[in-house]
Amino acid sequence: MKQALPLVVRAWWQRLISPLDLPLLGICGLLLLLAVGVMGSASPERIGSQLTNMALALVIMRVVAGLSPQRLASVAVPVYLVGIGLLIGVALFGDISKGARRWLNLGFMRVQPSEIMKIAMPLLLAWFFHQRTTRLRLVDFFIAALLLLVPVGLIMRQPDLGTALLVLAAGFYVIFFAGLSWKILAGMALTALAAAPVAWSFLHDYQRNRILTLLDPEKDPLGKGFHIIQSTIAIGSGGIFGKGWREGTQAQLEFIPEHHTDFIFAVFAEEFGLVGNVVLLTLYGMLIGRGFVIAAQATSLFGRLLAGSITMIFFTYVFVNIGMVSGLLPVVGVPLPLVSYGGTSLVTLFIGIGMLMSIHKSRMLVQK
Amino acid sequence: MKIIHDDNALGKFHSRLAVAGGFVLLCFVLLVLRFAWLQIIQYGYYQTRAEDNRISLVPITPSRGLIVDRNNVQLANNYSAYTLEITPAQIDHLERTIDDLATVIDIQPKDRKRFKKLLEESKNFESLPIRSRLTDEEVAKFVAQRYRFPGVDVKARLFRHYPKGAFASSTLGYIGRITDRDLDKIEAIDQEANYRGTDHFGKTGLEQHYEFELHGTTGFEQVEVDAGGRAVRTLARTAPVPGNNLTLTLDAELQSIAEQAFGDRKGALVAIEPSTGGVLALVSMPNYDPNLFVDGIDTQSWKDLNESPDKPMVNRALNGAYPPGSTFKPFMALAALTYGKRTAQQTIFDPGFYTFGSHTFRDDKKGGHGTVDMYKSIVESCDTYYYMLANDLGIDNIARFMAKFGFGSVTGIDIDGESKGILPSTDWKKKRFKNPAQQKWYAGETISIGIGQGYNAYTPIQLAQAVATLANNGVMFRPHLVKFITDSRTGEHKLIESQPVKKIDLNPEHIEVIKQAMIGVNKEGTGARAFAGAEYVSAGKTGTAQVFSLKGADYKHHSIKQELRDHALFIAFAPANAPKIALAVLVENGGFGAQAAAPIARQIFDYYLLGKRPKAPAAVDEAAVERDDE
Repeated sequence: MKQALPLVVRAWWQRLISPLDLPLLGICGLLLLLAVGVMGSASPERIGSQLTNMALALVIMRVVAGLSPQRLASVAVPVYLVGIGLLIGVALFGDISKGARRWLNLGFMRVQPSEIMKIAMPLLLAWFFHQRTTRLRLVDFFIAALLLLVPVGLIMRQPDLGTALLVLAAGFYVIFFAGLSWKILAGMALTALAAAPVAWSFLHDYQRNRILTLLDPEKDPLGKGFHIIQSTIAIGSGGIFGKGWREGTQAQLEFIPEHHTDFIFAVFAEEFGLVGNVVLLTLYGMLIGRGFVIAAQATSLFGRLLAGSITMIFFTYVFVNIGMVSGLLPVVGVPLPLVSYGGTSLVTLFIGIGMLMSIHKSRMLVQK
Repeated sequence: MKIIHDDNALGKFHSRLAVAGGFVLLCFVLLVLRFAWLQIIQYGYYQTRAEDNRISLVPITPSRGLIVDRNNVQLANNYSAYTLEITPAQIDHLERTIDDLATVIDIQPKDRKRFKKLLEESKNFESLPIRSRLTDEEVAKFVAQRYRFPGVDVKARLFRHYPKGAFASSTLGYIGRITDRDLDKIEAIDQEANYRGTDHFGKTGLEQHYEFELHGTTGFEQVEVDAGGRAVRTLARTAPVPGNNLTLTLDAELQSIAEQAFGDRKGALVAIEPSTGGVLALVSMPNYDPNLFVDGIDTQSWKDLNESPDKPMVNRALNGAYPPGSTFKPFMALAALTYGKRTAQQTIFDPGFYTFGSHTFRDDKKGGHGTVDMYKSIVESCDTYYYMLANDLGIDNIARFMAKFGFGSVTGIDIDGESKGILPSTDWKKKRFKNPAQQKWYAGETISIGIGQGYNAYTPIQLAQAVATLANNGVMFRPHLVKFITDSRTGEHKLIESQPVKKIDLNPEHIEVIKQAMIGVNKEGTGARAFAGAEYVSAGKTGTAQVFSLKGADYKHHSIKQELRDHALFIAFAPANAPKIALAVLVENGGFGAQAAAPIARQIFDYYLLGKRPKAPAAVDEAAVERDDE
């Protein structure tokens, strides 16, 4: 009996970690540790609830990792359709918050369907291309583009430009990895450039203001420009080695807006300096690199496309968030992956990581 | 899952991955370059700016716009009062400081609770009120002890004040502390910067609807602060711009006469100038004192107001939906003329009841009204005439006609949250009920619609708009309370449109028939006692809305519990040939329209047209015709 217990525990532990990819888990663990550290400076009272969010996200990651890629592929269409249904529901009956219709009240909980689309989109398109294993024709790309533009359009109408662009990017990555010819990609790029002035006229005033604010933040020092001015001051004044943990004046005197969510990078950069920034980027780089390895080794087209696009979504979050906080990109509501406070994005990201693990695991099964 | 061993495809995928990897690397290099720029090359500059962040921007709240009536009587203004404020950033032991303060100045547990709440929501450097409205004595007491309390100060702040107290309360509305929901509205129009430093927000009535006009533009002061956040000196100042003033179409004197006319009865009154749509009086009784809300209402008063069975917080004029009773009849008659179902001369015989299928609809005059033409049907309020008419018109014709007068849709008055009421039709019933058996409209249901009962339910403002439109020969205006907005910067007047919304296509001869009959009501009919001896010609129609079905028994006013008594209604306009005022009065559980509602209208007209002030609230005329209409 005495010996049996550890054995049972060991077997249970084995089963628990068997679908997990340890390098990926290790990198995520380091990022989460770092997140707790930064939260301890930016908003210590939120550590408890963020630890709960992390635990929940890890459990969900484990569940997703335990599913086979076939299983993931089989839910692609239903998840997409439910997502579209919910988006239409939002457009018709959504709760209005901060001038936009983004939330749907289901009675027992409030959901933000655009968040579901961030996962559903690459899942569906990866499934779609996988079905067409023969040589891909141009018409396939057209259908894919259509499948992509429906939710993007719905999200843009909410209006939520930031999320719409992220979902667009997520779908685009799949199409890109599926092998859309460079000529067409170049054509699309040129069209986008030409369409920019037209798009400008369709933007809401507040969206234009954000772009104008980026060009000259000092114009609106009390309003939107305040965010960018204060976060660049925070980053710049951090210098090479930073002011030290909990020593950042910008963060501690609350000059940095939303310093525990979207602008948490400014807190980190002020207190840990350039050195800290390079460490953080290295961690993200390792995570992205591991994602590429998983994509490269994936045995099915579905796995490759999904892994490749999830990895690139991760990169997009990192780049858009840090670019925004350091004044390179306009202010859009994108959190810093795994570090910003908030349960929703954490869960979404860990579902993605769980999928990467699931894809990697299936490769090993095939090899065996 | 199919496994592809197509080396070509795999190779292509790998090359795409390589491109993506290159892109990621490029972007990361870009970020690192940006960091190097900010953190190495520009380090000195940002270092200084972080130090300079000791210069803080302190918002200066603008004073809120005034609300005055059409004769410039102030209905909402601001007064300056002293508040005791604490700057938490300058204090080490907050609790202890407050305890010490309490020995000098009276601080209640409720003040502490409010302060704690403010503290949680506040930004740094802000000073927060622990007590407001200090007396001069309290100010003197504190000033003498000020040296003991660094970080605590007395400040002069502006407070909203409603000089007339419990007056037009649901019309003016009130302001209260900003909540998250208010913040959403502020963010929706990108006004966060302008609301820095603002504590209050319009919650109901005009204060809510015109919040962004009344608020003004926040100014700011650049203040140099030392390391602890203490202000050392002011460097620059941008003055705030006060909010815009509202001048109402409302006549405060008329409003207060109307409110007093109700005495302690519940109800609503809406008086409109037919030629503009300007609202002269908008009454919902009982009133409450909006001053209670300005500084955060205490729990007990809030409970009292909210849980009172009289529901003072409900704006009955806009949100109470009542069956119109017989005030519906003039509009029914007009529909009959317009759709050619009756002529003015055509008569019916009223035996005192109307039978439809197996059901008998009673007229409340025992033995009936005898031979009745259109004039008599309105003057005596004959039910049988309208039972028959409703059946001849059919529900959808009624609905189509009444919709033109605005029944069943919001009037668009400049107060938020108006109710639509219910304009019954076959379509409405289909949408209203889920059960297919209930969705069907039965012809029998149309009969009582004819006398303004049944599913019918309209707000007093809809009734007033309809009677004003009738008085104005079919030219309809959107009722509005604000006459013009005065721009505080330029002094210019922004007029609120008083262009007609539309002209209802009606035959002038038909309108004249109805108007003559309504004049008859006040001369020789159900309204005659209330308007006896009036020095002007007025037109009206009484109405009584059933709250409680008698199931064939006789209605005895005094033997029925008050909350089940009928609602008294009256619609009227005067002078009849060139109407200057049109109104709808509703007295909840007041009994007959002729008894309870018409005398109120008389007082309003006497004051508005002749300047006569009533000596006492409009008395209930117990001797007025017995149950004139159902």
